Amino acid sequence: MADATPMFEVRDLARHFDVSRPFLQRLVAREEKRILRAVDGISFAIPKGTTLSLVGESGCGKSTVARLSVGLYTPTAGAVIFDGRDLAEARALADQRRRMQMIFQDPYASLNPRWRVADIIAEPIRAFGLVTSHSAQQDRVAELLTQVGLSPLDRQKFPHEFSGGQRQRISIARALSSNPEFLVCDEPTSALDVSVQAQILNLMKELQQRLGLTYLFISHNLAVVRQVSDRIGVMYLGRLAELAPAETLFRTPRHPYTRALMEAIPDLEMTGRERIPVGGEVPSPITPPSGCAFHPRCPLANDRCKRERPELKPAGDAMVACHAVEEGRDDAMPMPAIARDAA
Amino acid sequence: MSNTAPLLQVKNLRVEFPTRRGTLVALDDVSFDIAPGEVLGVVGESGAGKSMTGAAIIGLLEPPGRIARGEILFAGKRIDNLRYEQMRRLRGKEIGAIFQDPLTTLNPLYTVGHQLVETITTHLPLNPAEARKRAIEWLEHVGIPAAAQRIDSYPHEFSGGMRQRVVIALALCAEPKLIVADEPTTALDVSIQAQVIALLKTLAREKGTAMMLVTHDMGVIAETADRVAVMYAGRIAEIGPVREVVKHANHPYSAGLMASIPPLDRRVERLAQIDGAMPRLSAIPQGCAYNPRCPQVFGKCRELRPDLLDAVTTRAACWLYDTETARG
Amino acid sequence: MAAAIARFFDSDVWWSFKRSPVTVASAIVAAICIIGAALAPFIAPHNPFDLASLNLIDAFKPPSWAEEGTAEYLLGTDDQGRDMLSAIMYGARVSLLVGLSATLFATLLGVSVGLLAGYVGGAVDGLLMRICDVQLTFPSILVALLVDGVVRAVVPREVHDQIALFVVIFAIGISEWPKFARTVRGSTLVERNKEYVQAARVIGVPKLRIMASHVLPNVVGPVLVVATLNLGLAILAEATLSFLGVGVPPTQPSLGTLIRIGNDFLFSGEWWITIFPGLALVAMVLSVNLLGDWLRDALNPKLR
Repeated sequence: MADATPMFEVRDLARHFDVSRPFLQRLVAREEKRILRAVDGISFAIPKGTTLSLVGESGCGKSTVARLSVGLYTPTAGAVIFDGRDLAEARALADQRRRMQMIFQDPYASLNPRWRVADIIAEPIRAFGLVTSHSAQQDRVAELLTQVGLSPLDRQKFPHEFSGGQRQRISIARALSSNPEFLVCDEPTSALDVSVQAQILNLMKELQQRLGLTYLFISHNLAVVRQVSDRIGVMYLGRLAELAPAETLFRTPRHPYTRALMEAIPDLEMTGRERIPVGGEVPSPITPPSGCAFHPRCPLANDRCKRERPELKPAGDAMVACHAVEEGRDDAMPMPAIARDAA
Repeated sequence: MSNTAPLLQVKNLRVEFPTRRGTLVALDDVSFDIAPGEVLGVVGESGAGKSMTGAAIIGLLEPPGRIARGEILFAGKRIDNLRYEQMRRLRGKEIGAIFQDPLTTLNPLYTVGHQLVETITTHLPLNPAEARKRAIEWLEHVGIPAAAQRIDSYPHEFSGGMRQRVVIALALCAEPKLIVADEPTTALDVSIQAQVIALLKTLAREKGTAMMLVTHDMGVIAETADRVAVMYAGRIAEIGPVREVVKHANHPYSAGLMASIPPLDRRVERLAQIDGAMPRLSAIPQGCAYNPRCPQVFGKCRELRPDLLDAVTTRAACWLYDTETARG
Repeated sequence: MAAAIARFFDSDVWWSFKRSPVTVASAIVAAICIIGAALAPFIAPHNPFDLASLNLIDAFKPPSWAEEGTAEYLLGTDDQGRDMLSAIMYGARVSLLVGLSATLFATLLGVSVGLLAGYVGGAVDGLLMRICDVQLTFPSILVALLVDGVVRAVVPREVHDQIALFVVIFAIGISEWPKFARTVRGSTLVERNKEYVQAARVIGVPKLRIMASHVLPNVVGPVLVVATLNLGLAILAEATLSFLGVGVPPTQPSLGTLIRIGNDFLFSGEWWITIFPGLALVAMVLSVNLLGDWLRDALNPKLR
């Protein structure tokens, strides 16, 4: 934790998308430009060898952060810093680009259906010229397949011959083939069945310990996030609502949205229990509410929340963007059952 | 549950898919009952046959799939051999269906009011004005704000969560006795999911509607269902009261499935996992389909397929609960 | 290679082929047409272009089964005494050559444009697709006529006869590439956003290489269908041009040329001079089109 430069950092990162209709149609309908603020000013840092997770509901911008982090999108504002270098600068250098990889959500779309497994896994090896001879390359592919729990004989097969979980293993093997240090994982298990999800999560944790990997982990599933994270950021409408060490977040969630989210998850321990779900839905990121974006759904909202956007401020060992927490009004909202049970 | 006659009885249901590589058995020997007012959860991994069971009941199996054996009885009458038109009438009136994607249920060309009124007037003896009033009541009931104004909106004018509420209203407005809900909350965000589950639960309780809830989310089942059936490779592995199956599963597969769910209330170093994957329908092993992955496998499991056996609190298709095996 | 062949015979495509009698029949007809055309110099009973062997006494012989027919000329002869069967085989050769070349040309151009437009997007996409739109508003035969007319006006007559075949190929190809471009662009837009393409972008694979090695192999299916259906159209377009007298040079008569020549005798009783080339054209185009229809269905998982 005390390492001087974090592996990965973003500062005031923002990414806006122009979702206006075509110019002529807009002119005829006399519409304004429509800007979707997918990510609207977030900052965090990930120390080497640790995992930071971003959680939130669909449309909160977590997947956009993932794509910004590996350069698939360019930021509208703010900076992405990879091991002390600006990301754009780092991505121009092959030996830096090699150090970052991404694992995707859909195991059916993340492997080229026309390629053999050996070619899929070897693509990064070839792209970075890591191994020159064909036989050394085949050996490396076999080694990677073994590492993720598949058979070296699988390299001759095509992706459609594998189940979802096996394909996700192939994706991981491919990502590992360039010896990366930083992995961005965008919902790596949400398309998988639970028993397979457990296999993949265990594998990812094992690889992190063995290879000292740094993860940026994106998920909508709080239970999954709890199992893998050192720190967790809760996102709502393109901003961080709360950023805290994993255990702190689950023991004492501070932001009303975090509490509502935890309360909403149906849990095995809760057979027949009544819950009071948070009302309303996530507003459109094109026309976000004034002030704190959560205020229309927040039981603690007051006039200040409607007017003024809260910034992320320290609260204990967490960072919380909430006026109510800052003013000490958050006791009015009960802790979610999970946190109560733990206390 | 009680000694009232079951509303739905599924007996030894077998669904086959003829393909060019031979006939695939998608469901085999599936039997269960649902009592009036009861919520039966059906869980399992993708491909286990849980959605197909629902589709077979509402008569919407995708061709070339067909019921090859067994019976489905609704209120004591066979419905698996009904003609399409009869089944369609039954589906609107007596059995409601809710699917994962609300857009497949709602017609984008008509207002939600039109669709609700049409369903109500088709199945209930009400005139259009009364039906419209009833439709507004239903929209209020499922928690759509300003229902009287929004009734004339088109489906695309509603958000995802609101649309699923409209689908629920549409499934319930003819006051069916049974609802078959296939992954009704999977496409929704957690906070909306919680609202929809709460709504389904309340409505089922108030109206005494029975429900078959198909989902892969054990949390949803744990909260909503009275009983749960765990499916594996086209068969029921275990069926019993939800508390028992979730906390003290008897079948090694259900036990493994429950254990592999990441806990929300603590961090574990290593999650319990079931190695391997569910077999494809074309390669189901001899004996118990779970035997290659089962930690408690023994000789008999590899040869003979177990039927559902009494396992104290639940019924499990596992030779561990065979009295003869236990004795021997 | 053996494994690939084994895989083909085990594939769904082969299976659906075997199950469709119409398709099998079309394939047989198409195969006869193609073999007959390709091997014409070796298997044709006569050489219709060998002026030495032409005998005007043999002119206007009806088919062999007619009263005045002879077994030597199975389908009769034309006004020059040429054997119709041999002329059809040689003519089909020209038709097929032009059709295949024009389709190949349109495919290469259309696929490149479609890939570029779909993958790069933005202004490039806008520009290329507007060109497509404009061209699609002209009937393709008009475009072909226009190209042919321009070339005729520009180059001297002797040169034109030498390059006439290429002009026809170019004219037909250029009038049909937008179909390919649109198909490929559509599929590319879908593939571009798939995660395997993004995975390649993350490691910095250059754009052109992603297009060639990732996107292209995954969009060829629809291209194959469009190309097959287009082959029939291209053969017809060539026949139309030749019938109008602006197609291939008269020294290399195609099926269209034969039909035009025969047309003059249609009402004077020598019907076979135009009917048999016409039937050959119908058989060729119909069989190719039926194959294309089947291919479209076989490659569409939704219809299986």
